[in-house]
Amino acid sequence: MPLFQFLKRKEPNGAVEERAERGFLVFENTSEVIQAENLLKKKGWEIRVMGPPPEIRSGCDLVIEFPLIEELKIVKTLQDAEIPPLQAVPVTSPLLEPVDLFRIKDFGRYLMVKAANMKLTVDKKSLTIVNISGGGCPDVPYLAEQMVGKSLNEAPSPREIGHTLCGYALQLAYEEMRRRCLQL
Amino acid sequence: MLAVVGTIPAPEFPLLAGKVTLENGKISIQGRSVAVNRGTPALLAAAAKVGETLGQEEPFGYLVGDIGRGEGSQQLYKYLAKHLSQTDFHIIAFHYIQPLIGWHNRILSVIKKMNKRPILIADAGYMYVAKMSGRANAYDLFTPDVGELAFLADEVAPHPFYTRGFLLHEENHVPDLIARVYAHGNAPQYLLVKGSKDYFANKDGVQAIIDSPLEETMEAIGGTGDTLTGIVAALIASGLDIREAAITGSKVNRLAGSYAHPTPATQVRELIEYIPRALEEILSEKQEEKHEQG
Repeated sequence: MPLFQFLKRKEPNGAVEERAERGFLVFENTSEVIQAENLLKKKGWEIRVMGPPPEIRSGCDLVIEFPLIEELKIVKTLQDAEIPPLQAVPVTSPLLEPVDLFRIKDFGRYLMVKAANMKLTVDKKSLTIVNISGGGCPDVPYLAEQMVGKSLNEAPSPREIGHTLCGYALQLAYEEMRRRCLQL
Repeated sequence: MLAVVGTIPAPEFPLLAGKVTLENGKISIQGRSVAVNRGTPALLAAAAKVGETLGQEEPFGYLVGDIGRGEGSQQLYKYLAKHLSQTDFHIIAFHYIQPLIGWHNRILSVIKKMNKRPILIADAGYMYVAKMSGRANAYDLFTPDVGELAFLADEVAPHPFYTRGFLLHEENHVPDLIARVYAHGNAPQYLLVKGSKDYFANKDGVQAIIDSPLEETMEAIGGTGDTLTGIVAALIASGLDIREAAITGSKVNRLAGSYAHPTPATQVRELIEYIPRALEEILSEKQEEKHEQG
């Protein structure tokens, strides 16, 4: 089957029309997805990072769901920023939702936030990141090297230096930790 | 002999294959040293400690620098596809690597060409890609934590990032999740689930639970799962069967953790130092038990 033929399937309940108001952008790699998400959110577009349909999964994947009516402007913005999407395609089957559950563990002096498979632990008094655990993609040990020992205010965010879904999950834990510790 | 496949969090680190030693708290391969923090260096350091204690040969590493961009991982996959079929490892532990389904499947087909099929362990990114590809049953042992177990139990999630909430809520029902993993065919022959309790399981369900000593803070310490995988892999390489290695390894990892009196700020290298003492103690207990039974 050609790569995107599955997207043209019709469904009897009208779900196609409803979902077709949204599209998704496919990129070369997760790093580009993260850069594109940052840019489009800064520009005020209503977008979401989602999981791609099985037909186009190659491994550690993310896509950006966007309002289809804005396609031309969004693609132009991304091209100008030199992160052009490989494809912009209407959504016709449900995309996978990223995990949105956080688990919090309070060790007294330390607080741990877990998002998906990633855990971030901070010294509540000094706000120093003392440990990062979990995950399986190769940026996790790198992110830990760059972040552990630094304060929540000084450490680079996983979004800036991460490249994979594990890095993205760590970003969610990092944001939740900042929200709890810095009252953001 | 044990082979370990994984990545180093340094983009300039070249692809290297060779025996790995542990010197002054760093792993060393082909004259290059790497600090042991977490990830594959922690797995290798733990395996090397077990090897030293038992008088076994050093683990063999296939390592490359990768910080998540995937170039190093692709180089490593390509190298393995070319060279692995000419090796005769008893066991191969696949670890931190960019999950790439096409390359994963190619490596499996290369392994099939080996004269004797090695025991296959997958953890971290390689466990993810083994499940994503629908080929989990080609492996002998996965070592997930409870969150990763929920991912294995979710038949539609291609990565832990997409695990559905109703399964994540079941973290306290590990036996149910294990049953679901096997029901959907996303399991290897054995699972060693690490957490406040470690569960050793197969298709018939939980076979053993190891729950002491308990150090709650170990969950926060990056690399404690990597050391467990390294210890178990090295014990299998020493001749133990998978069940015995998993149960013994779990006890050793927990005891080494306990000796370090960890806090959530403890770093995994501090625990690794206690592996020889913990291993000697657990093996000595086992001998005493055998003696009493005999």
